[in-house]
Amino acid sequence: MKRISILLPALFLLVSCSAPGPKTLTVMTHSSLAVSEAVIKSFEKENNVKVVFLQSGDAGETLNKAILAKDAPLADVLFGVDNTFLSRALQADIFESYRSPALDSVDDKFKLDASNHVTPVDFGDVCINYDKKYFTDNGLAIPGSLEDLVKPEYKDLLVVENPATSSTGLAFLLATHAHFGEDYLNYWKSLKDNGVIVVDGWETAYYTNFSGSSGHGAQPMVVSYGTSPAAEVVFATAPLNDAPTASIIGPDTCFRQIEFVGILNRTKNRALAEKFVDFMLGVQFQEDMPLQMFVYPVNQKAALPEAFTKYSQIPLQPAVLTPDEITANRDAWIEAWTAAMK
Amino acid sequence: MIIALLELRSISKTYQGQALLKGISFTVNSGETVCLLGVSGSGKSTLLRIIAGLESPDDGFVLFNGVDLASMPPHTRDFGLVFQDYGLFPHLNVFDNIAFGLKMQKIPASEIKQRVAALLKQINLTGFESRRVTDLSGGEQQRVALARALAPEPRLLMFDEPLGALDRTLKDDLLNELRVILRRTKIPAIYVTHDQDEAFAIAHRILLLHDGVIVREGTPAAVWNNPGSAWAAQFLSVGNIIGGIVNAKGKVKTDYGAFTLTCKHKHSKGEKISLLIRQSSGAHETLKLKVQDVIFKREQFEVHAQGGLVFHVKERPKVDGIIPLRVKVECLHENPKEKPSGRGSLSVRR
Amino acid sequence: MMENMLDHGDGKRRKFNVQGLFVSPWFKRLLLWLFPTLFLLQFFFVPLFRILILGFDASALKTENFSLAFSVLSFTFYQASLSLALTFILGLPSAILFARYNFYGKSFLRALTAIPFMLPTVVVATAFNSLLGPNGWIHTLLPLSSFQFMGTLTAILTAHVFYNTTIVIRIVGNALSRLDPKLEYAARSLGADSSRVWWNVILPLLRPSLLAAALLVFLFDFTSFGVILLLGGTNFSTLEVEIYLRVLKLPNLPLAALLSLIQLIFTLIFSLLYTRVINQTTVQTAPRFSASSFPANIREKIFAALLVLFLSSFFFLPLVSLPLRSLTRLEADRGQRTEVQYGITIDYYKELFINRRGSLFYVPPIQAALNSFAFAGLTVLFSLFLGFPAALALAKPTWLEKILDPLLILPLGSSAVMLGLGFILSFGSALSLPIFVPIAHTLIALPFVVRALQPAIASIPERLRQAASTLGASPFRVWQTVDFPILSRATLTAATFAFTISLGEFGATLLLSRPDRPTIPVAIARFLSQPGGLNYGQAMAMSTILMIITCVSILFIERDDNRFA
Repeated sequence: MKRISILLPALFLLVSCSAPGPKTLTVMTHSSLAVSEAVIKSFEKENNVKVVFLQSGDAGETLNKAILAKDAPLADVLFGVDNTFLSRALQADIFESYRSPALDSVDDKFKLDASNHVTPVDFGDVCINYDKKYFTDNGLAIPGSLEDLVKPEYKDLLVVENPATSSTGLAFLLATHAHFGEDYLNYWKSLKDNGVIVVDGWETAYYTNFSGSSGHGAQPMVVSYGTSPAAEVVFATAPLNDAPTASIIGPDTCFRQIEFVGILNRTKNRALAEKFVDFMLGVQFQEDMPLQMFVYPVNQKAALPEAFTKYSQIPLQPAVLTPDEITANRDAWIEAWTAAMK
Repeated sequence: MIIALLELRSISKTYQGQALLKGISFTVNSGETVCLLGVSGSGKSTLLRIIAGLESPDDGFVLFNGVDLASMPPHTRDFGLVFQDYGLFPHLNVFDNIAFGLKMQKIPASEIKQRVAALLKQINLTGFESRRVTDLSGGEQQRVALARALAPEPRLLMFDEPLGALDRTLKDDLLNELRVILRRTKIPAIYVTHDQDEAFAIAHRILLLHDGVIVREGTPAAVWNNPGSAWAAQFLSVGNIIGGIVNAKGKVKTDYGAFTLTCKHKHSKGEKISLLIRQSSGAHETLKLKVQDVIFKREQFEVHAQGGLVFHVKERPKVDGIIPLRVKVECLHENPKEKPSGRGSLSVRR
Repeated sequence: MMENMLDHGDGKRRKFNVQGLFVSPWFKRLLLWLFPTLFLLQFFFVPLFRILILGFDASALKTENFSLAFSVLSFTFYQASLSLALTFILGLPSAILFARYNFYGKSFLRALTAIPFMLPTVVVATAFNSLLGPNGWIHTLLPLSSFQFMGTLTAILTAHVFYNTTIVIRIVGNALSRLDPKLEYAARSLGADSSRVWWNVILPLLRPSLLAAALLVFLFDFTSFGVILLLGGTNFSTLEVEIYLRVLKLPNLPLAALLSLIQLIFTLIFSLLYTRVINQTTVQTAPRFSASSFPANIREKIFAALLVLFLSSFFFLPLVSLPLRSLTRLEADRGQRTEVQYGITIDYYKELFINRRGSLFYVPPIQAALNSFAFAGLTVLFSLFLGFPAALALAKPTWLEKILDPLLILPLGSSAVMLGLGFILSFGSALSLPIFVPIAHTLIALPFVVRALQPAIASIPERLRQAASTLGASPFRVWQTVDFPILSRATLTAATFAFTISLGEFGATLLLSRPDRPTIPVAIARFLSQPGGLNYGQAMAMSTILMIITCVSILFIERDDNRFA
């Protein structure tokens, strides 16, 4: 007993003291961040800095926590705000403006923030994935549009995520709104009549319900990502000739997500933070992202890995809504959807 | 011929591979208090549990009124139990503890109240009805335990070292009360203890339990006068035990002299036997022993003499002096395991 | 002040004033509560207060908020009560089974019932789904038409029973084995048959532990979150889920604050009820441990056999699917032009040790396991250090305890999400320090530890302690030589709870995680966040490793349990 009471404060001391030496750059992000060790190490070495990552939940949760802590920020840089949260983030005024020179290599359609409080880093699409084998075995035609999904031959075959709890599900909801406008609730009611399954989040939908994943679920169609088929090939247990799944890329069937990074207000490491933003837009990081996070680089100079070019499709007409529109209406749309789907 | 109320026939039990009870047989009659005397761990409590039906014997029968109890579960046997650590129900008060057995018999509440009140009077605890049992002193708790066992008017009472946790004066008082109650209610009782003073005070008959068998059975006086074996004599502190060798013509040579003895058993020349030396004013033999130590014991003096022998005298002898002592020298069975032959030959009145 | 002057034989007389200090009961009591209250203040009340103050404003008090709160509260209450009842229906006979009977595989089965407690919800959901889901074994083996499991109330209730039965088994079973067998003998000799012995003697004496277990189980079910979300689908919502939504998803902080407040108030009500109803002064006159024996007669044998069969199936079947999945190649049904692969493989386990993508956040399994153990070990230390004094004080409660005891339970019944925000407000970036992980776990584990220790402490007869102190033992020595040996078993139970709560990462949502200090549940979640057979297989492999580790840990911790029998 006595020994413990001495250990405790000692432990506290030990742990609280940060090692003196290189400076620390703290990056707050969501739990989906993945990056090669070599890539980060090169940044650390070049700038004599230790990069520390703080993760907490998904994009929305991370943003909310950052907003809560804005008077005493938890980090220097926040990565992971996406276009569905952009306006909220900007309104909360938690970022400092910075225009990275690397933005010159980025297409304008990604530069959703003219004030450069946030900088685009990657993009991806939330698309419906389908299980190829199921469709061939059952002689079904692959649906080409959102309207197709309510046809009787696709009854009980689609699983979606709850937009209230899942950002993937929210993206799909936004896609239906972009396509059907105010009529979107009728569409959802038809989907409901056609037996759509709603689950809480992507893990459950993909691994529990989707037949095309290792979970061997019951539904051959799931709201997932355009890059998921590529991931299935990359992470296959044994080499595959072809992706077992693919995306439905009809008009507005996919929703474009763009992720941003921003320097948090009151950071004490402004210079380093700027370097980090530049670094994230640099070719090395951008080319590393696809096989780590399964997103597309915004830097046009970055080359795509083979898996992406072969197995992942970028839709020609992804559903797009302006950040302001999303921020203004998201809560209302979710509540309306929840009521309609009861 | 009166049939014994409780009869044990050849009860045997092994515990963890060792034989604990080996063919125990005895009887208890109406109005009789039988005492099971033996060292701790000799299986006395196990025997009680077997009689109560809480454990089954490996072999043997328990009969009551001639009926084999093997098929009767404990709650139907109507045998009362009193434990050393009282075993009172801590979540019930005094009244409910005592009334427990009556409740089980579904006796109406008004009658329960009466009977409990009467019992409380009997044990001198009137007014204690709503007291928590954990607030009572040891002696009070034991009396409540007794009242609880008595309440349902059992056919047999069993006491498992009930006074073990109490101090000297309390013990004596309670022992007396117990005696009175037992004599009055005439409920047959088995009283288990390792304390011979208790046994002598309360029992009509004593059973000495040693090594899983009953080595001696008889009234307190009979057992005292004739312990029957070296072990029994030692256990009861009847007197002093010495060893000797038989020589020609029935004389036994010992360190203290040669004695002529009449023994029940025939001994051959050269055989080693044990002898019991008891103080007796009217006895024939006299020993002259050197005094090594004298201890004051209120009305007499305890004298430790040469060879480790212990005697009691009225006047204080001088240490290192020699005192004469009149003693009785008796035979003892060589083999402490050997018990007197079967039921028939015991001096038990039927 | 009492002076205790002892002659040490060297002619000096020493005075021990400290003795007098210790004699003062109030000082002793305050000292006992010092650290637990400081801990709760710093790591619960202050952060919670700050976030509630921040969030709560007039807009929270709209009528529609109250009607939402009411309907959600009713469902929360309803499912928690049902879950509690079912958990006891399984848990009570199981507690009896483990306390009274010996049988082959007893330790293993006991450890098995405790494993779910430590598994992350996503793993349990996967396990149930592979057994009972639309493509699960049951459907394959017995093609019943449509029985829907996932997304139903049945799934929620089943998962709750699956998780919480171990609480009843441990707390009630422990108390049961502490019952003096003489009480049963006495009751039987007084004419009570088996059922009346139970009803009139055993159950009343078990009341404190029954209530303690009931309170803990109920609170867990009341604040259940992951189970509702993952297994209940979108049809069900409890207070905790709503708070989560309103805090992190559709931010409506005032409403979330209101719901948190309601949740807190009800938790307080439940724990006050508990302290009122519980009979604190039921004391065993002497602690004994009843030996457990092999079932003797036919009735006992049938009871034991049926229950063992049921428990084994209920706990084993869902869990065994995880190791099975981790060892089988899952690419059997791949689309055309792909190679069909079948068979058993250990590739997923091998893959765990390879950082194929060179990822910065790669989790080496051994490191993850060590981290999990380190945090669990610290949690055990902290919660015992804080829980023992609290349990000691509660053993002889005064008005102080009547106030502090419910407060001790509050963390269990409050929203982890809200508290997490409170942590951010209170601690800022310090939150990423590793010490916060065991601290958060300790918050949850503390009520368990106290509930496990307190009945045992209360049962130590004062006589023994007094005897020891008159023989010259200081209060600490008395504690060491009298209390501790008697409390060993209860301490073991308490330590096991703290350990398993920490391994299961309850309370982890309070924190910001550092990916360079991963634990096994974090690793599992990472694997499941991306598609691909390798990812899924590794998640299964990690889950299996977690299960094996926890099983072995429990068996190890409790290996001496039979010594006490």
